Amino acid sequence: MRISTFFYTLKQGIVNIFRNKWFSLASIATISSCLFLFGLFYTVIANFQYIIKTAEGEMSVTAFLQEDATQEQIDQLGEMIRSRPEVSEADFISDEQAWAEWAPENIGEDYMDIYAENPFEGMNSYEIYMNDVEQQQSLVDWLQSLPDVSEVHYSEVTATTLTGVNAIVAYVSVGIIVILLLVSIFLINNTVIIGISVRRQEIEIMKGIGATDFFVRSPFVIEGIVIGLIGSVIPLTAIYFIYIEVINYVGIQFPALTGLLQFLPVKDVYRLLLPLSLGIGAGIGFLGSFITVRKHLRV
Amino acid sequence: MGPFEKKRKKKRDSHDAIMLENVTKSYSKGVPALDGVSITVKKGEFVFIVGDSGSGKSTLIRLLMRELTPTSGRVVVQGMDVGRLKHRQVPRFRRNIGIVFQDFRLLSDRNVYENVAFAQRIVQTPAKEIRKNVTNALTVVGLAGKYKAKTNQLSGGEQQRVAVARALVNNPPILLADEPTGNLDPKNSWDIMQLLKRINEEMGTTIIVVTHNREIVNAMQKRVITIKKGVVISDEEKGGYIDED
Repeated sequence: MRISTFFYTLKQGIVNIFRNKWFSLASIATISSCLFLFGLFYTVIANFQYIIKTAEGEMSVTAFLQEDATQEQIDQLGEMIRSRPEVSEADFISDEQAWAEWAPENIGEDYMDIYAENPFEGMNSYEIYMNDVEQQQSLVDWLQSLPDVSEVHYSEVTATTLTGVNAIVAYVSVGIIVILLLVSIFLINNTVIIGISVRRQEIEIMKGIGATDFFVRSPFVIEGIVIGLIGSVIPLTAIYFIYIEVINYVGIQFPALTGLLQFLPVKDVYRLLLPLSLGIGAGIGFLGSFITVRKHLRV
Repeated sequence: MGPFEKKRKKKRDSHDAIMLENVTKSYSKGVPALDGVSITVKKGEFVFIVGDSGSGKSTLIRLLMRELTPTSGRVVVQGMDVGRLKHRQVPRFRRNIGIVFQDFRLLSDRNVYENVAFAQRIVQTPAKEIRKNVTNALTVVGLAGKYKAKTNQLSGGEQQRVAVARALVNNPPILLADEPTGNLDPKNSWDIMQLLKRINEEMGTTIIVVTHNREIVNAMQKRVITIKKGVVISDEEKGGYIDED
């Protein structure tokens, strides 16, 4: 292909967007609406998963050590626990530390006046945090099998609930995203068909004069990609500002919630949403125009 | 040029522009649209193809353009057997034929210059040559002064001239005109025919005109092939429009 032909094709693709401005606007609006819904849904899901992950991260398993465990055994056990892949953190809590943290909250600051001795004496423990709460049971089983561990405390119900919620969220989000994409493709296909039928004569003229399929198709494909990209930039921009506003609003109106709910920072949401939306937009534009023009090329 | 190339060029030059050999085209189980048609058009000829609606003229044009392939027989254009062309070879083949339609088929959103240049861009002519060739083609059809005009600002006759310029600009050996005067008044019709005649005489382009226009066919005194119900019923040098009633 000559360079001048390449630039001509590129120019035609972009000029076509303005020539068929109503069709272009309809296509951009369709893609924008679909990707807006997609982006909104993705943002909610990403935050939901983040909240669950945070909750998972805060869940811990406590392994109490045998009273007669030596410092060497304690250190060795700590290393063994930390070396497990599902463990993100393991903090040693001595019996004194445990009493000093628990007593003021549950008894009062004057706990030392009431209890002369530490009731937790000999209850040294490891507080273990996990990367993946699904692995809790296997970790507990392993801990219980260790001779230096006397007892393991954990919440099975919470772990199962979180794992279940996580799985449901994953399935539902994949389902809804697939439905949204199918609806988008259907809508965009219809819009492109209308647009192409308007320009059917142009394609026929080009084919009649002796244009190759590539030459006929290229401006339409470029047009499709540009429309797809514009159609994805609009919802991305809108969601960006809406997201920031919503977080600010929740922070101001419901300060109590901010302690409970941790929202993802906007840049973390966009780390995946940005390339995903641009890719889907350009991909839909490319495929929509490529497939639809192909139907008209057999002339 | 070596002897082999000379021989090959001579062989290519000696081809008839168009040759239909016992061509039949059936769309379904009904009566064939063309039935055993054999026509030969020499290079540089000017030929009218006449016939009523449904006589098979459109099918003939679509066969020549390779929009259709024959059910049986051979269609050979510029030495190429049209029925044997692969889909990817069709664009290059069509560059041998300039086509003019009854309804002009111009791009209404582009000006005169762009409509003609469009045909050059399709065949990837270098940008510098496009300007020269388009200007020449517009000069031939007498519209060099209106190159900036939008096509919907032109009269029917002028629009058809633009279509002729577009068909000519790639310098095809054959120009096919499908009812070129169908949408024009008698004066413009006559002017377009004179233009085609001039192109035929001065540029040596083979011209095939499919038409209903009795007056023009009779006045031009060119070869006339008459088709009726898919069969060639007459083929006369300096013929006239045959009344079928």
